[in-house]
Amino acid sequence: MKVPVLWMKDYVDINDIDEKTLIEKLILTGSNNEGTHKGAAALENVVVGHITEIKQHANADKLSICQVDTGDEVLQIVTGATNIRVNDYVPVAKHGAVIADGIKIKKGKLRGEVSNGMLCSLEEMGYEKSCIPKAFDDGIFILDKPYPLGMNILEALNIDETVIEFEITPNRPDCLSVIGMAREVAASFDRKTQYPKGIVKGETGDANDYATVKVTAPDLCPRYVARIVRNIEIKPSPIWMQFRLMHAGMRPINNIVDITNYVMLEYGQPIHAFDLDTVSDHTIIVRRAEPKEVLTTLDDKARELDEDVLVIADPNKSVGIAGIMGGGNTEISPATKNILIEVATFDKSNIRKSSKELGLRTEASSRYEKGVSVSLPPIVVNRVCELIEQLGAGEVVGGIIDVYPEKREATEIAFRPEVVNNVNGTNLTLDEMIEILQKLEIQTVMKDGLPTATIPYYRLDLEKEIDLVEEVARIYGYDNIGKTLPAFDAWGAKTNAQRIEDITKLELIASGVDEILTYSFVSKKDLDKINLSEDSILRNQVTLINPLGEEYSCMRSTLMPNVLEVLARNSNRKIEQARIYEMGSIFLPKELPVKQLPIEKKMLTIGCYGEHEDFFTLKGIVENVLEGLGVSGYLFEKETNHPSFHSGRCANIIWDNHILGTLGEVHPIVCENYDINTRAYLADLDFNILLQITNEERKFKAIPKHPAVERDIAILVKDEITSYEVEKIVKETAGGLLESVKMFDVYKGKQIPDGYKSVAYALIFRAEDRTLVDDEVNVIFENVLKVLSSELDAQLR
Amino acid sequence: MKAELEQLLKRAKSDIEVARNLKALDDMRIKYLGKKGEVTNILKGMKDVAPEDRPAMGKMVNDVRETIEVMLENYKEEKKALEIKEKLAAESIDVTMPSKQLVRGHKHPLNVALDEVKDIFIGMGYKIAEGPEVDTVYHNFDALNAPIDHPSRSLSDTFYITEDILLRTQTSPIQVRTMKQQKPPIKIIAPGRCFRNDEIDATHSPMFHQIEGLVVDKNITMADLNGTLDMFAKRLFGSQTRTKFRPHYFPFTEPSAEVDVSCFKCGGEGCRFCSGSGWIEILGCGMVHPNVLAECGIDPEVYSGFAFGMGLDRIVMMKYEIDDIRILFENDIRFIKQF
Repeated sequence: MKVPVLWMKDYVDINDIDEKTLIEKLILTGSNNEGTHKGAAALENVVVGHITEIKQHANADKLSICQVDTGDEVLQIVTGATNIRVNDYVPVAKHGAVIADGIKIKKGKLRGEVSNGMLCSLEEMGYEKSCIPKAFDDGIFILDKPYPLGMNILEALNIDETVIEFEITPNRPDCLSVIGMAREVAASFDRKTQYPKGIVKGETGDANDYATVKVTAPDLCPRYVARIVRNIEIKPSPIWMQFRLMHAGMRPINNIVDITNYVMLEYGQPIHAFDLDTVSDHTIIVRRAEPKEVLTTLDDKARELDEDVLVIADPNKSVGIAGIMGGGNTEISPATKNILIEVATFDKSNIRKSSKELGLRTEASSRYEKGVSVSLPPIVVNRVCELIEQLGAGEVVGGIIDVYPEKREATEIAFRPEVVNNVNGTNLTLDEMIEILQKLEIQTVMKDGLPTATIPYYRLDLEKEIDLVEEVARIYGYDNIGKTLPAFDAWGAKTNAQRIEDITKLELIASGVDEILTYSFVSKKDLDKINLSEDSILRNQVTLINPLGEEYSCMRSTLMPNVLEVLARNSNRKIEQARIYEMGSIFLPKELPVKQLPIEKKMLTIGCYGEHEDFFTLKGIVENVLEGLGVSGYLFEKETNHPSFHSGRCANIIWDNHILGTLGEVHPIVCENYDINTRAYLADLDFNILLQITNEERKFKAIPKHPAVERDIAILVKDEITSYEVEKIVKETAGGLLESVKMFDVYKGKQIPDGYKSVAYALIFRAEDRTLVDDEVNVIFENVLKVLSSELDAQLR
Repeated sequence: MKAELEQLLKRAKSDIEVARNLKALDDMRIKYLGKKGEVTNILKGMKDVAPEDRPAMGKMVNDVRETIEVMLENYKEEKKALEIKEKLAAESIDVTMPSKQLVRGHKHPLNVALDEVKDIFIGMGYKIAEGPEVDTVYHNFDALNAPIDHPSRSLSDTFYITEDILLRTQTSPIQVRTMKQQKPPIKIIAPGRCFRNDEIDATHSPMFHQIEGLVVDKNITMADLNGTLDMFAKRLFGSQTRTKFRPHYFPFTEPSAEVDVSCFKCGGEGCRFCSGSGWIEILGCGMVHPNVLAECGIDPEVYSGFAFGMGLDRIVMMKYEIDDIRILFENDIRFIKQF
């Protein structure tokens, strides 16, 4: 809400308060500041001038040479403007002047003629094009009457005004008005709000003799108030009103429209004026639209309506969409003689709905949809008439048409002072509370033993005791409330699952893996990109009704595409190596179409590429994680059928018949789909299972006291024999003295027959209680060789 | 014999002086003091010495031996020190040469900051609650006192899965779930992803992160809220930090406030980070609305509580001077490796 400060001062006396103090105090009472600016630009040396002569420029068709009297001197100014006449009073930027956007004006020559300055348009004075009256849209701003020559233009017009922009929260539509903000100022500084009187001095006749109003949809229009003005004269509104409107961000049109806009900004109540003589039978009917009824609105658009839209009509036709926009057929025109001023209350939900369905949002509708008090229409219609009379715009007819079938009583709220203090943590007396509420024009009396507050008509947000608690708190000042800490015993801690998550991340970081975070919603095409079969269960996805685009249209059912996309992005940016992980949720529907909340399952997906990365580095990372979580007894089992992975370089991680996850080299086609021009590796782990099998028990094992005996073994085995098979036999055969067995070499090539490989293992033997002797180890070793030979057809090399 | 001994001592002295290294010194020890060494040989000549002179001669021989021993010992230490010095000198390296890079992983900056926030609140006695990203309209709006025609419910603001299921727009549904599951006292924070129907640009992301806080018990006051958030701000942004509570409106709290902290870049003087105001808005908060407590099965006549919520992404962007929110989700590892 843009509030011109001079305008606001009409209603509250704050001449002793500087603008900084004003803004800071209002921030603390709940009206946040969204910026301040001057109504006009910071003009320098722009003064009132009087055009005494206009001559055609001899060397330029489109230029004229003016003599402009600025009091102490007569300046020759060359201008391209066409809307000026001799005797006009205009703003003159003299040599050395500064106009909008900080532009400096200097004297110079135009086609050989001296020009000692510039005549200014409103745009050059700093006004937005959208606010400038049509008359001055494209030319010099002509002043409405003589002003002292040479006087600073802002001073002369009294428009040197600050405009404060306030953030108005949705619960306070009453503050979408200059008076509403004046009331907040009054409450904040303990002043009294001065309201306009709304008194017409010379009214004649009775409005009810000129027009009739029928409301057939009182549910959508609880109150309809109208007054009549005769013999109006359409002309520009006075300059002060035009500038106030411009400072508030509205374009001046003519006196009648300007008055309705001015009062709307004053009170926050939309107002509409109809050309009474175009309303058939002088009868206004407020009704629901007929199905497919068409109305051409003021913006010249024909709009098709339905029964949910409320219209203002006469017996023959609709003349406006209630609370949103008037119709072209009853618009005020230069020929208009008599008008009906409508000030009504409409149902806010209906206005919101209609405005949305029609795609038509106006100053009026945006106010109505937030809520406007049913008590405002008579006050506002009288204020409009008061201004019409004051500005000599027409003859106000006496009497007021007021269709208000169901009168609403003022809200009363009883409150308990101890609740106010308990919630706020304050220690105020009842008298102090009553005094604070009085600043807000809320009067309190004792009723049935409880202080009971009468809520002013404009405060639609105050309904319950807690609302008063807040009012007391904000005017008392949040910064006057103390700072304490909740007084109860509670110990802070992470849950086991949260700790395990931390441990997992620690292991990954220690293994050189960077953490990434990607969107939870993805494209449906992602699953094609990772080669998933048409019948994959992951194709059952939770989809959004209103996604930002196909790219973000469904909830992810796997993290693999997200990780691949990040690998691709990094690889395409010529980053040589990357190791990344994401720990995040996937979403699996319980049924399709979705009826209940989907299953959210945490996954851990690791990806890498780069010169030093291969299947086994990734396997090492996975093992580090499992070790960190105390998981043992898992196996890597070759997987040849996963469509996303290289069929020869993929494994499932098996623990007690559960698949913990899958890891491997990414299938070359998948890499191609992601435009990854190098080998990439992925591990996809089910973190929910990891959580369940994590074992945090640790038991100390004595550091060996006796020396170990090491034996290397090199054997020739068939290609298909896995390292796991060899190790398994070694472990089973060697028995308890074997401390470890570890492969250290695989060789294929010269001297090795086709279909065979040479594998070498280091076996370490150790006894806990003695130094082993060679003979003892030899016996075991021989036996291992024998079993390897018989079971795997291994030959000693 | 005496002359012979003096000669020997002289020779030994010059021999030891010229010995180049420890090995040569050892050779000298054998030459003079060994079993067949020159001093031993002289002792063998003692039998030719008159018996009355023997004690004196014996003492002389021993003196010579001791003198040589001391000499050898002194030189040995000197030589050893010298040799080590030479070895170290020969092994000198250029310490400014590049290090051998060990691969280190990095947390995402959002989680670096989140961990810091978690630590602060755990230290203040909070537990960490979690909830689903896909939640019901009931948990996200209805139970939180959001008016039925509130614009935030619209399709242009919120992502929907069905009429009743949506992507949570805030972490507040976790409040509701917690209050429904647990009796007071409650003291939790709830971090998580949230979603709003915003086109992606430098300051908007359809996915972002919030941290919610909730305390419910008997006699919880607005002063407790002030005190808690003031302490939090001082821990997170430094002990000089001041807080400003501005009245605001949220459907689920009353009284409600927005909280500004004194700018942690300029200390409140005014700079480009705080647009010259000296203050930075970091969170919204308030006393849990009695309607919300009642809806969650907690008697508002007995209990009261406060809640607060803040945007993690915004805090991270402020803290690390990140000017484009998109970089948070681009995951360029050159970005992540900075944290």
